Amino acid sequence: MALVEIKDVVGGYGGAPILNGVNISIEQSDIGVIVGPNGAGKSTTLKALFGLVKVSSGSISFAGGDITNALPDKLVPKGLSFVPQEKNVFTSMSVEENLEMGAFTRKDDFSTTLDWVYDMFPVLLEKRNQKAGELSGGQRQMVAMGRALMSQPRLLLLDEPSAGLSPRYVLEIFEQIVKINKSGVGILMVEQNARQALAFASRGFVLANGQNRFTGTGAELIADPDVAKSFLGG
Amino acid sequence: MIRRALTLYFGVAALVFAVGYFMGTANVSLLLVQSFAYALIALGLNIQWGYGGLFNFGIMGFLMVGGFAVTFVSFPMNDAFWQSEGPMMLGRALLAFLAGALLVIGARRLDRVGITGKLRTAAIILAWIAAYIVYRSQIDPAAAYIEANGGWIGGLGLHPLLGWAFGGVLAAGVAFIVGRIALGLRTDYLAIATIGISEIIRALLKNADWLTRGTLTVSPITWPTPLPQDLQAGGMPIADSFIWARLGFLAMLLVVIAVIFFLVQRAYGGPWGRMMRAIRDNHIAAASMGKDVKNRQLEVFILGSVLMGIGGAVLVSFGQIYDPGAYQPINHTFIFWVMVIVGGAGNNWGAILGAVLIYVTWIISDPVAQQVFRAVSDFSVNQGWGAIPDIESRASQMRVFVLGIVITLALRYAPKGLIPEVVKRSS
Amino acid sequence: MNELIFFINKVLISGTVLGSIYALGAIGVTLIFGILRFAHFAHGDMMTMGGFIAFLLALLATSLGIVTPIPTGFLVLPLAMVIAVFIALGIDKGFYAPLRKRGARPVTLLIASIGVTLIIQGLIRLFFGSASYSFFDNEPKEIFQIDMSAIGATRPITFTEPQLLMVIVTVVAVLALHFFLTRSRLGKAMRAMADNADLAQVSGINTALVVRVTWVIAGALACAAGTMLALDVSLKPDLAFNIVLPIFAAAIVGGLGQSYGAIAGGFLIGFAETMAVFNWAILLRPFKDVLPFEIPADLAIVPTEYKLTVAFVILVIVLLWRPTGIFKGASS
Ligand SMILES: Nc1ncnc2c1ncn2[C@@H]1O[C@H](COP(=O)(O)OP(=O)(O)OP(=O)(O)O)[C@@H](O)[C@H]1O
Ligand SMILES: [Mg+2]
Repeated sequence: MALVEIKDVVGGYGGAPILNGVNISIEQSDIGVIVGPNGAGKSTTLKALFGLVKVSSGSISFAGGDITNALPDKLVPKGLSFVPQEKNVFTSMSVEENLEMGAFTRKDDFSTTLDWVYDMFPVLLEKRNQKAGELSGGQRQMVAMGRALMSQPRLLLLDEPSAGLSPRYVLEIFEQIVKINKSGVGILMVEQNARQALAFASRGFVLANGQNRFTGTGAELIADPDVAKSFLGG
Repeated sequence: MIRRALTLYFGVAALVFAVGYFMGTANVSLLLVQSFAYALIALGLNIQWGYGGLFNFGIMGFLMVGGFAVTFVSFPMNDAFWQSEGPMMLGRALLAFLAGALLVIGARRLDRVGITGKLRTAAIILAWIAAYIVYRSQIDPAAAYIEANGGWIGGLGLHPLLGWAFGGVLAAGVAFIVGRIALGLRTDYLAIATIGISEIIRALLKNADWLTRGTLTVSPITWPTPLPQDLQAGGMPIADSFIWARLGFLAMLLVVIAVIFFLVQRAYGGPWGRMMRAIRDNHIAAASMGKDVKNRQLEVFILGSVLMGIGGAVLVSFGQIYDPGAYQPINHTFIFWVMVIVGGAGNNWGAILGAVLIYVTWIISDPVAQQVFRAVSDFSVNQGWGAIPDIESRASQMRVFVLGIVITLALRYAPKGLIPEVVKRSS
Repeated sequence: MNELIFFINKVLISGTVLGSIYALGAIGVTLIFGILRFAHFAHGDMMTMGGFIAFLLALLATSLGIVTPIPTGFLVLPLAMVIAVFIALGIDKGFYAPLRKRGARPVTLLIASIGVTLIIQGLIRLFFGSASYSFFDNEPKEIFQIDMSAIGATRPITFTEPQLLMVIVTVVAVLALHFFLTRSRLGKAMRAMADNADLAQVSGINTALVVRVTWVIAGALACAAGTMLALDVSLKPDLAFNIVLPIFAAAIVGGLGQSYGAIAGGFLIGFAETMAVFNWAILLRPFKDVLPFEIPADLAIVPTEYKLTVAFVILVIVLLWRPTGIFKGASS
């Protein structure tokens, strides 16, 4: 049984559905990458999984239980975490407070998790008392990921973690993602740097018009000439 | 949609007849005139909020300005003032005002001679302070002198219809200034800013005894149509004279409303209205389409305020008294919001229906509550618990409560109003 | 020296008292705006209502024969605050929550809050008429006088017990709020939600709980402010209706959504009002022999009748000069 299972999901923002039958399944050991053209519904898929978009048909299960249309404050304690594409830090709060907010649903002592996050992103330790709004784009992305990790998720959802970052930072963020995955957190991410991301993905999904076009391992998708031609820019 | 509107209009008409049956024809004629004056003002708010999406919590200020205008134009001349030094002193105050204005404008333009930044800001602040001192140095003695000699400036003794028109003009002037200051603000800020400005207007008109007699009030203000006394002088029985005089006033008012309504409807159906809707519904897109959003919004704000000014003038001339101390945000700002929301923002027919319906509700809440309290009181006396004290004064407070209940219910269950806006799909 | 004492009494003490009231009210307004994104117009009437709750409790306490050295109205304040909190939660549940659930725009909630204003006003007037009431019918209002003959003044510095209590309440409330917002989990969650409500939801923060906590704080502070104001002056149905506008001015001047800004804005407006109507000629009189000009009898910046307009003038200036407030406020 996969950790997360999205089955024939249809849904949207109230008007015509944006998702028209999306299927995704991921193990906890996987790094899943969703690619596709702009407006394909990639972000919407993550939001549907995280209860931010209404699912009108189909089902989503997580760790064996049904979570279709469950809300974030129920999902986070179950082990699901989400880093949105934009506005993903509390700009007026310090780095450490941002991380604490990620642990809001936890009732236990989260200091070891905090140390773990600082370990992973040493600059955050350095800037722990600085306001998140004063950080650079790459550092903010680290705060956002750190915040999401504070709830000790089993599956981390990332929406374009590399968007707007310089190539050096893109590489660094990807390395961290792999490291997070190695420590036992499943990853499901949307990426524009498709080729680069698929290279380390164990599962790849190509979405277009709210539907799966291709599904396979990362390597398979890169190798597929059709995918390469239509979605990876030749 | 039209059927729904017609049914509702018949319903309100039936309500008015029912009220007339219980309260008498004289009372209902009074009620009708007042409710249509309110309808004119509600129409103004509908233009601002329904068409333009502009929040105005300062309606009271425009009503006061309109009321002052009609008082000034139609009240008889005060010879004592005109024969005193007063006009001269006011003239000097006006000059001082202009000098102050020039000073401020000059300071603002300092950047043209190369003075910019902090220096210019300091100059502007100093100019404001100087202008304020110069103006106060002239207006204060003038005000004191006028109040001592002749009391106040009196009126011009012209026809009240001119006063209504002047109410519109004066309101337009105020709206221009308010709009220039506040229209760029977000809705919440605009709400507070407009309510603040209307409070400033109230404080000014209430305390400028030389101009408005302040809390001493001005009366009697004449009607544009024959007064009951005039009809009585012509031999009409007293009871009839009130009804016919009010009907005469009502006819005059309805003509004014019909003309305005026709013009507003036409404007709204035309390109101007389409542009307004585009701006209201999609600020950003409309701006990028190259439409001058700010000027259009200023236009719509001024237009709505003109109607409020005229309505304020109508109310004062009908009531025959100008009492700046009697204006309250509940009766003179919020009630219009209830009217427009209940009637249907963005629909003029809805605004008028809402105005008449809410005004009637407002008026009858008092006697109805009195009846209810009497019944409860009698019951309680029978039970040996004693009577409810001060039923009359308590019942009149129920109006405010009923208004609150009506608006909250409307927002919850009929947010688009009784006669909703007709959304025309433009190609 | 008497002139200086007069200045202290008229400007410093009055300004502090007025500023405290404005600050207490503005904190509530700004918190509600930060979390729920609408201008809560009914806040002034929640203050008045709090005052009346305390008044009824004080009557009850007096009739039970409870007599203490501190004003009874102040003694019952904690209980009144609890009741006010439940009413505030009820108002949210009954009037605002359904609109939020429908996804209504903030402006709809603003209009709804006008409806709530009218309902509360109507109810208060229904039960209490339009008369004014005093908390001190059965006990004296204590007046403190600090003798200043040491510096050569014949007049004392004067303030009343309610005024002192009001300043204490404000200081305690501000400190408590500060620690709550910076140290507690829920307080930080509140700041998080004010900063970025969507992200707060995504983080698993129980936003419904935060909304409730907001009403708890706002309701309690409104009750405290209303009661303290009523103790200082007297209790009337329109007690706070006139004061709600300077309170909004204070919140906007401080930057809507900024708690510390609201406090600063409250005192700024409070002092501006008292200083604007103060007759500065009094302070110049001791120097009349050395000054080259004759001191006018009245040197107030604005006549007393225009005291309330001072707040609006400041408001308009701030809106023009820095629309998001002195401490950059929220802008959505
Ligand atoms: N909040 C919203 N309300 C209504 N429609 C939305 C909303 N967000 C997105 N959409 C629509 O849903 C569709 C899919 O959007 P989505 O953000 O999922 O695309 P995406 O695949 O993530 O694209 P991108 O690569 O640009 O991020 C688009 O047509 C978009 O216009
Ligand atoms: Mg996206």
